[in-house]
Amino acid sequence: MSGPHRIAILGGGPAGLYCGLLLKKADPTREVTILERNPPTVTYGWGVVFSDRTLDSFQRADPRSYEQIINRFVIWDAIDVRYRGTTIHCGGHIIASIASRDLLGILQQRCAELGVTLRFGTMVDDPAALADCDLLIAADGIHSTVRQAQEAVFEPQITLGKAHYIWLGAERVLDAFTFIFHDTPHGLFQVHAYPFSGTTSTFIVECADHVWRAAGLDRADEAASLAFCQELLATDLGGVALQSNNSKWIQFPSLTTKTWHATLGLGPPVVLLGDAAHTAHFSIGSGTKLAMEDAIALAAALDAQPDVVTALAAYETERRPVVELFQRAAAESRSYFETLYRYVNLPPVPFAFHLLTRSGRITYDDLRLRDPHFGALVDSTYSGVSSARVVPPPLLTPLHLRERTLLNRVALPARPTCPAHDGLPPAAWTAAFTAQAAAGAGLIVTPISAVTSDGRITPDDAGIWSNAQAVAWEHITAAVHAAGPARLLLQVGHAGRRGATRPRAGGLDRPLPTGTWPLIAASALPYTPQSQVPQALDRAGMDTIRAAFVRAAEQADKAGFDVLQIHAAHGYLLAGFLSPLTNQRADEYGGNLANRLRFPLEIVIAVRAIWPFDKPLAVALSVTDGVRGGTVEDAVTVARALREAGCDLITVQAGQTTPAGEAPYGRGFLTPLAARIRNEAGIATLVGGYLTTANEVNTVLAAGRADLCLMEPVDNWH
Amino acid sequence: MRVGVGLPTTLPSMGGAAVIEWARRADSGPFSSLGVLDRLVYDSYDPLISLAAAAAVTARVRLATTIIISPLHVTARLAKEAASVDALSGGRLVLGVAVGARADDYAAAGVDYHTRGRRFVEQLATLRNYWEDPSYGPAPAQPGGPPLLVGGLSDGSFARLARYADGYVHGGGPPKAFARAADKARAAWADAERPGHPQLWAQGYFAFGPAAGGGADYLRDYYAFTGPFADKIAAGLLTTPQALAGFLRGYAEAGCDELILFPTVADLGQLDSLTAILAALGVTAQGVLGEEPA
Repeated sequence: MSGPHRIAILGGGPAGLYCGLLLKKADPTREVTILERNPPTVTYGWGVVFSDRTLDSFQRADPRSYEQIINRFVIWDAIDVRYRGTTIHCGGHIIASIASRDLLGILQQRCAELGVTLRFGTMVDDPAALADCDLLIAADGIHSTVRQAQEAVFEPQITLGKAHYIWLGAERVLDAFTFIFHDTPHGLFQVHAYPFSGTTSTFIVECADHVWRAAGLDRADEAASLAFCQELLATDLGGVALQSNNSKWIQFPSLTTKTWHATLGLGPPVVLLGDAAHTAHFSIGSGTKLAMEDAIALAAALDAQPDVVTALAAYETERRPVVELFQRAAAESRSYFETLYRYVNLPPVPFAFHLLTRSGRITYDDLRLRDPHFGALVDSTYSGVSSARVVPPPLLTPLHLRERTLLNRVALPARPTCPAHDGLPPAAWTAAFTAQAAAGAGLIVTPISAVTSDGRITPDDAGIWSNAQAVAWEHITAAVHAAGPARLLLQVGHAGRRGATRPRAGGLDRPLPTGTWPLIAASALPYTPQSQVPQALDRAGMDTIRAAFVRAAEQADKAGFDVLQIHAAHGYLLAGFLSPLTNQRADEYGGNLANRLRFPLEIVIAVRAIWPFDKPLAVALSVTDGVRGGTVEDAVTVARALREAGCDLITVQAGQTTPAGEAPYGRGFLTPLAARIRNEAGIATLVGGYLTTANEVNTVLAAGRADLCLMEPVDNWH
Repeated sequence: MRVGVGLPTTLPSMGGAAVIEWARRADSGPFSSLGVLDRLVYDSYDPLISLAAAAAVTARVRLATTIIISPLHVTARLAKEAASVDALSGGRLVLGVAVGARADDYAAAGVDYHTRGRRFVEQLATLRNYWEDPSYGPAPAQPGGPPLLVGGLSDGSFARLARYADGYVHGGGPPKAFARAADKARAAWADAERPGHPQLWAQGYFAFGPAAGGGADYLRDYYAFTGPFADKIAAGLLTTPQALAGFLRGYAEAGCDELILFPTVADLGQLDSLTAILAALGVTAQGVLGEEPA
């Protein structure tokens, strides 16, 4: 075998030990020394979890330690969510864990067996003391002295999580990975608990900073913290005492480093392993797994590559993308648990479903497959239909909005291809609507129809400002209503500064070369550098616009629409008032959020006053501008005000406030925004964002992220 | 899905006559398009000039830049050159543009690298204006100008595609990576309420026979600026009919409209091998397995 001969490993945790034994096994002539500051039996952790895939790699790397590890495993297949006094049980998730102490013991013994030199109780404050070797492996954890001695080279970045947590244990055997939630007078506490031996389980207690301070835990010592958690978990522990293991409240340090290896001056090449190079939030249970996989990759690279420096580069090239993937997932998971308080109004079953599908990688179909009983519970809870009958999935559950019932939770867009003339929807549009009714839509959504002639986006747009237009629309609504139970939503809007553009075949917001008309907006700012400069709306103009929306609502009712949606998204006239990017007014309609909301709210109130009481009213809202501007928090405030004004449904949109606004496009990209509006503002949401499958829709609905989904017809692209 | 072939304009040692002969043979092969890549500081031919030359010896194939690093070019001049190629070829140009990631090309062109995104957006917003303006003739043969494709993987790339372009051109990788990008492109397109669907173009690299090792070496060199990813790109080289068949199937299933296969070995024999393999797989200039062109 080639490669370095004398190898020093700093840190006798799982990564260091595993790397040491693999290197020594590959070439017994190597001198491998592991230096650990603690005695052999000291560990700060309680238990470690591993997935099937990780175990496969352990089996290939060293069958002997693999056998010993799996012999010590506790394996379970359920996740329990204890919330508001009930326990929701979901099976089919294979998870295995082992006590940290057992894992270390196995690896230490295996190292000794292979002839690795283990030096416990050895403090190394200056890594230069280890210069006498061919390779220095730093497996000395998040506070790596090797890395800290060379910060300029490794460029570590540590960000602390917002939540505080403490790692405890108890002699109580749980039969599932258990999430426990306790809403205390101080705020929400959440606990991640799992068994790791035949007698013991880990309990990680976590809470937000303000909750931690309110509970006085910022001033609590180890004993006081333990006593607090003991009382918090009294019902869960059944009288068993919680144990501390040098446990302290900490904020999770997320670490990234610019590089994982370096050659420094005359010293040996240095490489970082595991937590010394990167960390991933404990809630995805991957820290030890990543560290041990690092060890496998490094040992393999040192044997496969011609020289040490090439091997270290190959190790980083192989591992970095994998680690970054887990770090992204961990960051999402961390952020999920940090903001879980937003969802405490969900009932237990959707709350548990929301928790289980938090990563976006586990769906409704996955959970049904893993645990049919849980699937049945989700369906029956959602539909309210008892299990004695055929229980529809969430997607086929009717939705009641005021006196209108949508047969199911699928909204389909009607996208007629031929132009309207003078705002009159031509008879040829009918087919585009009846086709969506035949496709089974619960709700059919029209293109945006203008409330005035000058409010059109393009000359091809339909309108709803004249009697003739109402009559033309009525032909379409009559055909749809005759065809079946589908309901029709008319979107009404005013283009504002995005008006008088060409049809969108050649792109968005291209001004009309001829036949243009004057534009109005909240402020006199053109949408693009090529756009016409709009005139800032004065109070008389606002009265005209408000009257136009009211008239449009009257016409829409006459025309037979079931739901009316006021478009206040995507940078059109009303959205232009809401966003600080586009509203620079100095009067009572500009400035703070209450002022920016004033005119759009005035329109919603005026429309609600004449729109029949039994018919639902919706508002389309850009929940974020996608660039620095209006925030989700603002949108939650707006949605609350709209709800109080009699709005029944928020259609969630994002961006297009300015041409620079961009969203993280992809399947379901609007779903997280819909979830926030629904759960924080307490109003039903309709969400699109490129959902094409029933599974995606069921997952969104069952988790309480939205009430209605706009599905994108896949024949749109094939 | 239709299949195109890349012109060997970035393969050092490929003589001018051989590039032209490649174009001529491709026109009578199972290919729907000829693609070209863009690189300034590299031993390569200029993309639009190469397509102009190819236009003269071909009658049928579409001529596509996948992509041209447009911020390196003066916009009015780029618009005029593209219009010229379109007019000279009878309306066969497809203009794929992106910002690229090569700082050395920007330095050589004297264009600021850090503001390339802003410059790119200005170009996208104005290219069609030049094509419509008679004072900047020739008028492109295709009404409204050649189809405009945008490349790139950032959120902004997909927003720009939906706002300004007709389609998306993917930079390469396994079908799974393309499928993810295609979903993003469709999501952005639907969000922008554009009619129809975005054209989805993609590309891969091939080298058949004993020369395949040289193909991998070329890719490592061409993509050296990406650091460790050069090895990954080289590992994706298609070297067997089986690998090619799986690649075509994966892209077709992910909804790709046009897949361009780029050579990595400077040898006309590579084109003949590809032609023979595609024929055996039932690929014609009309598309994969008798499929109707979109």
